Amino acid sequence: MNIFKIIEDIEKVDPEVYNRLDSRRSAFKNLGSLTKKTALAAIPLALGSVFQKAYGQSTNTIVEVLNFALKLEYLERNFYTQGLAASGLIPAGAARTAIQKIQQHEAAHVTLLRTTIQNLNGTPISEPTFNFGKNFPDWNTNYQTFLTLAQAFEDTGVRAYKGQAANLINNDAVLTAALQIHSVEARHAAHIRRMRNNPAWIIGDGANSNVPAPAQPVYAGEGNVSQGGINDIKTLGTGYSAAIATAAFDEPLTKEQVAQIVSLFE
Amino acid sequence: MKKLQDKPTDKEVSISNKLEVPMQRRMFMRYAGATAAVTTLLFTTACDDDDDETDPTAVDLGSGDTGILNYAYALEQLEAAFYTEVVAKSMGIFTQAEQQIMQDIKGHESIHRDFLKAALGSAAIPNLEVNFSSINFNDKNSILTTARTFEDLGVAAYNGAGKFLESAGFLTLAGKIVSVEARHAAVIRDLITNGTFSDSADANGLDPAMMPADVLAAAAPFIKTKISANNLPK
Repeated sequence: MNIFKIIEDIEKVDPEVYNRLDSRRSAFKNLGSLTKKTALAAIPLALGSVFQKAYGQSTNTIVEVLNFALKLEYLERNFYTQGLAASGLIPAGAARTAIQKIQQHEAAHVTLLRTTIQNLNGTPISEPTFNFGKNFPDWNTNYQTFLTLAQAFEDTGVRAYKGQAANLINNDAVLTAALQIHSVEARHAAHIRRMRNNPAWIIGDGANSNVPAPAQPVYAGEGNVSQGGINDIKTLGTGYSAAIATAAFDEPLTKEQVAQIVSLFE
Repeated sequence: MKKLQDKPTDKEVSISNKLEVPMQRRMFMRYAGATAAVTTLLFTTACDDDDDETDPTAVDLGSGDTGILNYAYALEQLEAAFYTEVVAKSMGIFTQAEQQIMQDIKGHESIHRDFLKAALGSAAIPNLEVNFSSINFNDKNSILTTARTFEDLGVAAYNGAGKFLESAGFLTLAGKIVSVEARHAAVIRDLITNGTFSDSADANGLDPAMMPADVLAAAAPFIKTKISANNLPK
């Protein structure tokens, strides 16, 4: 058998096969250095994975997910940039330093997502116009309102990336980058929550998240205690309160749920 | 979602599952010839054993998604054991607010551990023996720096292992856990130096993603039980 012959055959009907397999290219290079015996054993497994991952999911889906993430990152970047520019809003010192740091991360995420979309031959969406004052008119004059929205955006970001991870399962590089952004959003969320004297983790449907009614959808479903086929994880041991069980797992949001939240600011 | 023990473990079964990947019909017809060739190839060689050398005394994490979940289970065992010790021995050196944080994190890590054990069922690795001899449980700095190591390592481990999971359901579950680990990491970092919550990120605003071998090497000084990751997906 000859793995390279198989790929050549595919190339006759799909000239892009090498692009599709691009992220796997190093794996193919490595095959050349294996002993014959090892190679025979390893190749079928490698191949199954390569073809599943390269053809199982279209690049369109991945670009759509990335553009969805890009919209959220635009929103966050815009929000922090405007907040930092609003005179007298964010106190000097630790608070301002933290917001600046977060703003820089969101800006880096925008750049990274745009580049990744372009590398996948997609078109990054252009930055939408946001209206943060639509439901929260004092967002840039009242520091507490600003922090409330910051918390809502960070927790939404965490839940939004989580909801899309499965849609990226067939592109290792993009999935990993999305996970690497996801955990940074969670770090931001933890810090902002504590700036508001909230616990860093989400307990229940937002009971401890201290947000006004219009922002409640940010925490919808966080009271879930059913995980991975186990109906109530509180029963897994003694002393597991609902607070522990719900805070230990962050829940995903669907694209539609996220769109509903974003629409509060459009 | 089905529990892990219901997942096929036989190599041929899991390989044939791989071939049932959803594919557009047009695409499928174009590839039918090549796919047939690959199928033959898979079934003629799938029975070969791999040649990895293993330490017979080491706990083997296993292969596929089971292996990755056992890997997560090992790390959660380590974290849960650590915070259990902190709550048992060290509460006196923390403020009331910090005590609450330690108790919360102990609860989260313990329920992560118990959840993964339950999900893995009979495929779960045994309880690991930990080694905390290098930690001074009477010293706040020693506890917090160890906690930071564990939390940042946990985040990097989940971030790096996500791509190895074949099941979308398990990937989402891992995602539900990793962001809580990141919240822990941020708080612990802030307790050491306020404002350092996300200093783990690089210039692109990305947290680290580490491979299992590197993570286990970093965790090894704290785990007496030998662990083999030889059969994990690579």
